[in-house]
Amino acid sequence: MNNTLTTDTNWDLEIKPHDNLFNLHLKDVWSYRDLLLLLVRRDFVSFYKQTIFGPVWLFVQPIFTTITFTIVFSKLAKISTEDIPAPLFYLTGNIAWNYFSDCLNKSSSVFRDNASIFGKVYFPRLIMPISIVISNLIRFGIQFLLFLCMMVYFAFQGHPLHPNLYVLLFPVIILLMAILGLGLGMIISAMTTKYRDLTFLMGFGVQLLMYATPIIYPLSAAPARYRAYISLNPLSGLIETFRYGFTGKGEFFVGAFMYSVAASIVLFLLGLIVFNRVEKTFVDTV
Amino acid sequence: MSIAIKAENISKAYQIGEFSTGTLTRDIERWWALLRGKEDPFLRIGETNDRSSKGGSDIVWSLKDINFDIQQGDAVGIIGRNGAGKSTLLKILSRVTTPTTGSVKVKGRIASLLEVGTGFHPELTGRENIFLNGAILGMRKHEIKKHFDAIVDFAGVERYVDTPVKRYSSGMYVRLAFAVAAHLESEILIVDEVLAVGDAEFQKKCLGKMGDVSQNEGRTVLFVSHNMGAVNQLCKKGILLKNGQLAFSDTAEKTVREYLRSEVGNGMISSKSIVGTFTDKITFKRVSINGILDSQPSVKPSEKVDIKIEGTCFKSMDAFRVNLSLYKDGIRIFTAHDTHSPYSIETGEFQKHIIIPEYLLRPGEYLISIGGHCAGYENSSMDWIFASEVFSFNIIEEWSPNNDFNGAGLINLPLI
Repeated sequence: MNNTLTTDTNWDLEIKPHDNLFNLHLKDVWSYRDLLLLLVRRDFVSFYKQTIFGPVWLFVQPIFTTITFTIVFSKLAKISTEDIPAPLFYLTGNIAWNYFSDCLNKSSSVFRDNASIFGKVYFPRLIMPISIVISNLIRFGIQFLLFLCMMVYFAFQGHPLHPNLYVLLFPVIILLMAILGLGLGMIISAMTTKYRDLTFLMGFGVQLLMYATPIIYPLSAAPARYRAYISLNPLSGLIETFRYGFTGKGEFFVGAFMYSVAASIVLFLLGLIVFNRVEKTFVDTV
Repeated sequence: MSIAIKAENISKAYQIGEFSTGTLTRDIERWWALLRGKEDPFLRIGETNDRSSKGGSDIVWSLKDINFDIQQGDAVGIIGRNGAGKSTLLKILSRVTTPTTGSVKVKGRIASLLEVGTGFHPELTGRENIFLNGAILGMRKHEIKKHFDAIVDFAGVERYVDTPVKRYSSGMYVRLAFAVAAHLESEILIVDEVLAVGDAEFQKKCLGKMGDVSQNEGRTVLFVSHNMGAVNQLCKKGILLKNGQLAFSDTAEKTVREYLRSEVGNGMISSKSIVGTFTDKITFKRVSINGILDSQPSVKPSEKVDIKIEGTCFKSMDAFRVNLSLYKDGIRIFTAHDTHSPYSIETGEFQKHIIIPEYLLRPGEYLISIGGHCAGYENSSMDWIFASEVFSFNIIEEWSPNNDFNGAGLINLPLI
């Protein structure tokens, strides 16, 4: 018996109760990259299966929301849109917000939504939230085309739109919004596996969070004493920069932007660690 | 031969009962103890996991101090009663959950099949699901491509491969799902009772494929089943779990025998083990053979097997019959009634006999399940009661001209 034991020291895998908190198994994630792509494809394909218009539905939601926002907030409530044509202003906010809130909502319920799969087969759990973000990124990309079309239309109408160099920050903003949504989502998903209390908060919390973000109003239109609180929301800096880059309206604060960057990264890393900690045993408590 | 899986002292504790507001305070207590570097105060109470008796704490040990080595290329059957910890062990081995203490060391890639069709999406076509399911089970895309035709062929769904699986019959669905799993390229395959689905022909095909995987391809297979015949047929080694502990481990044949010996009662039937639609009207008390009051009596082939079933009837019935099923190695040899036609039964004790003629059964271990039928009871066309695996007996080997040693199969054909 002993001689066989001595020859077998190079195990491929060791299943232990506790693992290093910072071991994120990224190598595992990489070896499952095909699954990641297939999951993204599944999300996308199953979205428009058995519909006539298919991906066209992706345009319908932002168009109708934009029309509603324009009527309610611009025409009725007369909230300033900083000289940006109201539909364009609300469309930027809407598609960016949808992108973020979908990332957050879906990744915050990732354990519960996939409990049946997670309970039966192992793959790096991180694959699931990442696939959610990529799916949403594709959806956002399609909706972004709508935004570009509308921008061109308003430019031809003679509205003064001044895209500037900050437009180059756009990919960074998209990435930051993704990791912010993902990070927060993972933290919440980890916290709700045992106690579901937070899911109730999530239900209306995300909706309310929209009002704490410059989606339907520009930051400059917010009363001065609230402005500091709104700026505490890491999303504020990102969305303001997004609008500023494409339209040249509003302002770009380096400090606010850097704060958003730092907050996103911190929340993301925290989310990763917490998620990683919970993924091992959540099956027992979910 | 080298070791493929090495389990060292694995234990798994579960918290039973509900998670609610009351558990939070305990969680905080536990967290506080861990923070001070002390032992988890709620894990100390060591109780075995006996689901029928009520324990004192909310923690049960679903597995306790399990140690074993599995050699590369072995097919190992894991058996035990419901709740013995089989599934928990598989879950730990397939990394779905972690052990509370102890560790498992593994050499090679593990693919686990705890359920067929995990991750199948009803809206996607068969083709898309093969890729998705394969990837979930750990295959790379090029591996799936390589086996794609073989998978479709094994499942027998060529015609439906581009149809959403929600339009599949349940049989096609299961066949496709198993086919994907059967073509995994991992060195270790873990299979939990998934063969219970599908028709007899497909079950045979699955068993054949699994035998292939372990014997011809030299891969390690762990197989959990209640089908002792399948375990005997497929596996070389066996592990018997009992109340979360490793009770026995040897060759598959010996382990199955130990399971039947230890887990099957001495003929006394507790009312808890009787299920059915009229358990309030009638109950079984004891099964005995040839008047022997012993667990697992031995009977010579030259003797008749006189199976006596005793019970109590609480309410008279017009059309009742007792039946008996005899199993060997998980295969049902027959189900027989005590009489040809139903009879009326009065309240009070009753005794019924079913007699198996001499020289009919070949040497080996036999397992008895008993039941009863009542026609026309309370307007339902057929009411039933059943008690599974209540008694076992041995037919010993004894040479005689009527019991030819060279004969094979389950029974001897009575020569008339």
